[in-house]
Amino acid sequence: MQFTLQVNGRQHTVDVDDDTPLLWVLRDEIDLKGAKFGCGVGLCGACTVHLDGAPVRSCSLPIASVGKAAVTTIEGIGATPIGARLQKAWLEVDVVQCGYCQGGQIMSAAALLTLNPAPSDGDIDAAMNGNICRCATYLRIREAIKQAAKTDFGSADTRKRT
Amino acid sequence: MLHERLLPDSPDRTASSKPRTAEKFGRTSRRDFLRASAAAGGLLLTFGFRSLAKAAPTDSAEIPHGMITAYVRISPENVVTIMAKNPEIGQGVKTMLPMLVAEELDVDWSQVRTQQADLNPVLYGNQHAGGSTSTPQNWDPLRKAGAAARQMLIAAAAKRWNVPENECGTASGQVLHKASGRSLIYGAVAADAATLPVPDLNKAKLKDPADYKIIGHSIPGVDSPLVVKGEPMFGIDTVVPGTLYAVFQKCPVFGGKVVSANLDAIKSMPGVRHAFVVEGGGNLAGLMPGVAIVADRWWLADKARQKLEVKWDEGATSQQSSKGFAQQATAFSGQAPQTSLRNDGDAAAALSGAAHVVEAAYSYPFIAHAPLEPQNCTARFQDGKVEVWAPTQNPEPGRALIAKTLGVDQKDIVVHMTRVGGGFGRRLMVDYMAEAAWIAKVAGVPVKLLWTRADDMQHDFYRPGGWHFLKGGLDADGKVVAWQQHFVSFGRDGKFAPSADLSADTYPARRIANLSYNTSLMPLGVPTGPLRAPGDNALAFVFQSFIDELAHKAGKDPLQFQIDLLGKDEVLPGKGLGFNTARARGVLEKVREVSGWGQRKLPPRTGLGVAHYYSHAGYFAEVVEATVTANGTIKINKVWAAGDIGSHVINPTAAFNMAQGAILDGFAEALYQQITIENGRVVQSNFDSFPLMRMKQVPPIEMHFVTTNYSPTGLGEPPLPPAIPALCNAIFAATGKRIRSLPIDTSTLKA
Repeated sequence: MQFTLQVNGRQHTVDVDDDTPLLWVLRDEIDLKGAKFGCGVGLCGACTVHLDGAPVRSCSLPIASVGKAAVTTIEGIGATPIGARLQKAWLEVDVVQCGYCQGGQIMSAAALLTLNPAPSDGDIDAAMNGNICRCATYLRIREAIKQAAKTDFGSADTRKRT
Repeated sequence: MLHERLLPDSPDRTASSKPRTAEKFGRTSRRDFLRASAAAGGLLLTFGFRSLAKAAPTDSAEIPHGMITAYVRISPENVVTIMAKNPEIGQGVKTMLPMLVAEELDVDWSQVRTQQADLNPVLYGNQHAGGSTSTPQNWDPLRKAGAAARQMLIAAAAKRWNVPENECGTASGQVLHKASGRSLIYGAVAADAATLPVPDLNKAKLKDPADYKIIGHSIPGVDSPLVVKGEPMFGIDTVVPGTLYAVFQKCPVFGGKVVSANLDAIKSMPGVRHAFVVEGGGNLAGLMPGVAIVADRWWLADKARQKLEVKWDEGATSQQSSKGFAQQATAFSGQAPQTSLRNDGDAAAALSGAAHVVEAAYSYPFIAHAPLEPQNCTARFQDGKVEVWAPTQNPEPGRALIAKTLGVDQKDIVVHMTRVGGGFGRRLMVDYMAEAAWIAKVAGVPVKLLWTRADDMQHDFYRPGGWHFLKGGLDADGKVVAWQQHFVSFGRDGKFAPSADLSADTYPARRIANLSYNTSLMPLGVPTGPLRAPGDNALAFVFQSFIDELAHKAGKDPLQFQIDLLGKDEVLPGKGLGFNTARARGVLEKVREVSGWGQRKLPPRTGLGVAHYYSHAGYFAEVVEATVTANGTIKINKVWAAGDIGSHVINPTAAFNMAQGAILDGFAEALYQQITIENGRVVQSNFDSFPLMRMKQVPPIEMHFVTTNYSPTGLGEPPLPPAIPALCNAIFAATGKRIRSLPIDTSTLKA
């Protein structure tokens, strides 16, 4: 079947089965590799993208369900002020270890900051709990989100230097 | 055409995705690289290559450990490209190893670009990522490589100026002649320097560490700007023109063989181009039997797989189960051990004469690695030659396995190392590389093989389970006088299964006069292998928990008890350089100081636990503060950690990040993780049944490094082992309930 998608502000027409997950349309049809395959069932969040600004697990979302919603991926999120701030904070805090999950992390964080510009630790935990980081860079993810939000809750510096 | 969109110059391509093909991942051969850099007027330094070339006649020869070369390219514009020799698995070596070269080369980090090397052991020596070895194996050689390059640049400039070399110095990528006030950027003399002989690396003069500008300073990960934009760089992102996509179904019982499969039905499924049986062999670490499905798209291959019906010959191990292993272990515990590993003094007699005896049975389950990027590999077989793009920790054995499996000479195999979405030891095993190469050969087209999460979890090389039956004896003063241990593990004919071993030197050996370590082994049909801090990730739990039990029985402060047990400062025989009791004491004293151990009054059902461990040449001591609620829920309030990895923490930002991650990894193992074998197969299939750490459970972690006068060592592994017993000991302090089996059963912790 043919589907026309809006991805990062561009239109793409693809010819795939209607049950094809959005993840595989992005990765193998449109060649946007930023959304990652981790679990295939929405448990890890590595495939997180936005539909009209809301985070979704693209590995479990059939293309037929996307409809006319605007799709934003990690390749496109930097065009938004919040996305750009998060990417900058991610680098300043030096969050990344292997990096495989980080696109999904940033997408979830961008959705969080859009709704809640000054999240508390509890807000961050709730919004980010669906995104697994196997390297467990969570302390820095939390710090980077706070930095991007330009909030300071007086927490200890997680990168204490000797 | 279906695949046109994957071609680099396809008009279909979106504006946001840059052209990329195999070349992006470094297909340039060494010869091409040499030619290209020479043509660019650059300097290519192949340190040690000339001398190593004699030792290793061809690229395909077995290369001894510790061989090292690195190369540096300097453009006329003074951009310094430093090859990153080892696989980047998130441990930061693509940044850290080039830092060593850059420091002694005396350039500013802002001038440096790093580039992932392909597999070429003749040029680079050992190129694996495992055992926390990248730092100790490369600390000296790469600094010397940088210093030698600097010397060659000085020589070239001195010649041009016609002044003695010893009147010249360097700074920030320039050669300086103080007397005349002249200077030249490295790029201006790089081509001349390339014609000079490489100095003897052993005579390279190294900087005074007080002058370090790069080592010891935080350098963010070099690939992170691409990571945060979702740029393709992982194995799974590889694009080779004309690629088809593959799934591979193996027998759920390890080693099972294919009897028959509905291949014709599968071949008729949409998008499927090939479906075939892979005969495979009997080596659990090699190409195993299964059914390959190759399709136009991975999703279509995986969809066809849902209709795949295979009749398996499950083989000899289909009756194995975790339950059966545990029953066998219990049976062994009542019998004399099969083998004595160590027998100092007379443990039995000392136990019978002890004032207090503590007896405990500890156990831990199989666990999986679960790196977030599932196993995958892209392979091309053409005209008898193989090219693979692999997220691997172990490219050289990967190449060797492909050669053996396909009957191809190693010199006809090119291995490109992609960025790796997590290693943790799983990708030291290279089974998936052989699978991809085989399937590509049979299909006759380039193939990207990608496993599902269930494939990954059910065909891992697991951290083996184990059972320890312990008795400890204390004298009237609370001093440990006896230790008797029966370790029930896996193996055959007295030989341990991979990662299922116990060293006779394991501490507290030589610190207790009457001590015996004994083993009994049972056969195993489940593949096992190294998981981050192999051996230690399980043994630390057992040894450090039991020492804590003895401390409490003796009525002593557990941390002081640990220090007392270490005894006098000396190096005890053991792995690597041996176990240095002074360094262990140093981190224990540091963590006592920073955690406020014994200084704070804690709320009810809250406790502090301490543990230390020597693993992969590093010393870590950790204190956990945990609260256990009335319903048994564990809340980790805070962690203090002290680590000693030698004289320098080369890249502090990465070091703190990795130490914190390793500690959290340990907590995930303690709190959640187990792989269960039933009917010879793995029960768990995804992150619901095999949970990883998530944001909500993460406590603050205060990490302190203690520097000592020893050569720097690695960090990927040593912070992990003590995290588990420190947590369990904190739970005991909070509740009085001793955790002797993992993962922790919170139902036993209710008030």
